[in-house]
Amino acid sequence: MSIKIALVGNPNSGKTTLFNSLTGANQYVGNWPGVTVEKKEGKIKKNKDVILTDLPGIYSLSPYSMEEVVARSYLVDERPDAIINIIDGTNLERNLYLTTQILEMNIPTVIAINMMDIVEKRGDKIDIEALSAELGCEVIEVSALRGKGTDAIADAAISAASGAKTSHPLSFSRDIEVALSKISAIALAGMDEAKKRFYAVKLFERDEKIIAQLSLSKEKLASIESLIASIEKNYGDDSVAVLTNERYEYITDVAKKTCKKKSVALTVTDKIDRIVTNRFLALPIFVFVMWFVYFISIGSIGDWTVGFMNDTLFGEWIVPAVSAGLENIGCAEWLVSLIADGIVGGVGAVLGFVPQMLILFLLLALLEDCGYMSRVAFIMDRVFRKLGLSGKSFIPLLIGTGCSVPGIMASRTIEQERDRRMTVMTTSFIPCGAKMPIVSMIAGALFGGSAWIATSAYFVGIGAVIVSGLILKKTKPFEGKPAPFVMELPSYHLPVATNILRTTWERGWSFIKRAGTVILAASVIIWVLNSLSFEGGLHYITEDRAGASILEIIGTGIAFLFRPLGFGSWQAAVATVLGLVVKEEVVGVFGSLSSMADADLALELVGSADSAGFAIIGLEFFGGSRLSGFSFLVFNLLCAPCFAAMGAIRREMNNAKWTAFAISYMCVFAYAVSLMIYQLGMLFTGNGNVVGSIFAFITLAVFVFMIVRPDKLVKSNKKDALLDA
Amino acid sequence: MKTLRGVKPTQSARVVRVHGEGAVRRRIMEMGITKGVNITVRKVAPFGDPMELNVRGYELSLRKADAAFIEVE
Repeated sequence: MSIKIALVGNPNSGKTTLFNSLTGANQYVGNWPGVTVEKKEGKIKKNKDVILTDLPGIYSLSPYSMEEVVARSYLVDERPDAIINIIDGTNLERNLYLTTQILEMNIPTVIAINMMDIVEKRGDKIDIEALSAELGCEVIEVSALRGKGTDAIADAAISAASGAKTSHPLSFSRDIEVALSKISAIALAGMDEAKKRFYAVKLFERDEKIIAQLSLSKEKLASIESLIASIEKNYGDDSVAVLTNERYEYITDVAKKTCKKKSVALTVTDKIDRIVTNRFLALPIFVFVMWFVYFISIGSIGDWTVGFMNDTLFGEWIVPAVSAGLENIGCAEWLVSLIADGIVGGVGAVLGFVPQMLILFLLLALLEDCGYMSRVAFIMDRVFRKLGLSGKSFIPLLIGTGCSVPGIMASRTIEQERDRRMTVMTTSFIPCGAKMPIVSMIAGALFGGSAWIATSAYFVGIGAVIVSGLILKKTKPFEGKPAPFVMELPSYHLPVATNILRTTWERGWSFIKRAGTVILAASVIIWVLNSLSFEGGLHYITEDRAGASILEIIGTGIAFLFRPLGFGSWQAAVATVLGLVVKEEVVGVFGSLSSMADADLALELVGSADSAGFAIIGLEFFGGSRLSGFSFLVFNLLCAPCFAAMGAIRREMNNAKWTAFAISYMCVFAYAVSLMIYQLGMLFTGNGNVVGSIFAFITLAVFVFMIVRPDKLVKSNKKDALLDA
Repeated sequence: MKTLRGVKPTQSARVVRVHGEGAVRRRIMEMGITKGVNITVRKVAPFGDPMELNVRGYELSLRKADAAFIEVE
């Protein structure tokens, strides 16, 4: 029979390192059902019958963050056979807070006390035996980093699981204990004895999730309420605060008895932080670190890998080789194209990003593991929080200037789900490298190659992020209590190679798995639309049997949608749709659809950013109108990103509805902005259209309203808070 | 009322009471800022907010708006 053991502990307590050293390569990484919180399970190296579940790093079992809810419901509902609670010896008091709550679950618990080497180095002492006696459970010294004590902790947990001994939770003041046992008698009759303590405490804290789960009668709730109210009156504080205070009083007492602190000297972390988050040096250092991450992952090595994977490996070697191979064995031309261009090309679009992504993930894992990532949030919080984003959103947005795909994936490092979703939704507004050819095409075609167009593209992107932040944070989907920004700045430590490599690989693999399927399917669909024609029976478009592709027919059909934006030609519509495959494609489409005598020459002209080629495009597709061209540019910058980025969005949202919401939002937002630019632009240049202008003004009014309207959420939160109190 | 917000970097203060309501208050207390504990303000972030504190032997960052709810002496 297999034994289930849960690993629980604070963030930064060395939990991941301990998990890795206990399970080795026997791991399975997934998601907890319905949420984006990662779930890791593994078999213990020495004993394959034991399944270890790594619960998310949490500070408490309160019901506020997704991580806490996940951890709590796992412990309550699944009731593992034993718990390994890892605590950081250098940070005993705060770590023990969670321990006091875990002990209330009445599940056999053993405590792994980590980072004792640092404690000793500081000259501090922790009396392990005394601590064990105080807490009533076995405490074992481990060094997760060196794998010391890991066998002992595994054995202790396994024998605790089979033993009947449960640890004794702390006792609150007498009157509170009386109230708890009364609550237990009122509401929890018939419940398994071991579970009662936890439920009684949660009822005393008026925990909404637990109250809802127990579905108690009104009378029972009322009598519990009166018990709580009388305690609150005596203590002059709400029940949650009363318990938190008592827990910390108990912890302070335990710490005093078991822990001798000698050090008053500055720790290594203090010394580093004196420089790294220094008032004057923090920003230059931040800029340098960000530049370094960008330079490696996007600028130099990253760019080279993408170029190599897409242009050389797939473009020059694999796709031509596959084509040639299929042709040699006599496959039909359409089948060759479907396999080589559609499927292999699609797979290439997925894999092309992987090396770059691995490099980026490696750097991010390094920043996270050494502790700098929290400092990024600390430094940038002021700038981003007004937009409903996290200080850590800076990195996705920065990486997004290179490529949205790794940018979106970089949002992994943001803990709060709200902030993360918002970041995922806004990252692709930032013009990425692949959108730059569109920018230079429009600049060359209609603005004489002015550098201002590229500059304005960045302003439009940053503006879109800011406006979206202001709008979205007040909308319903982002409802929910904003997570308080009370963030630990963990001690710096040398990154652990195995942790970093593992994290890097897991994130990369999850991109291939989750995003890859979407990208591949979309590539095939677009191939079908672009390569098949209905005219004269369904057939593959070859040079001799030409005909309008399905995409062209669709383009003609939907072109009217873009007329209010100033680019109602079917070519512009087709270019926009094909831009979903890769954004550079937009330029190529114009080249091949232009009337330039020789299609190859046209492509070459456009490809080399030749001004003559661009000028023809400007004239033919935008009627020489700068406004139309700019409106087209803005629409293509802001609307749904390429399939690879959509795949990344889906991966990060981990939810079909949220993915659809994000992509529709981008399209609607792009449409609204382009509409305003074109119609108001026309109005101010004296060519205004009455209906168009009215719509543009209405759109503008809606935008202004959405931005300035009062934040209902803040109010309703206050109301909730009053109910809590 | 003297609050943590007014405590200058490198200075220390003792918590009298955590005011405010709901999730933020609870989280602040759960992170160890409870009655009677000593807090040292380490520094303020380069853009003027949040603050970095040392409490119960570890480093914690907190927005000034939230620090204003913490009564100290």
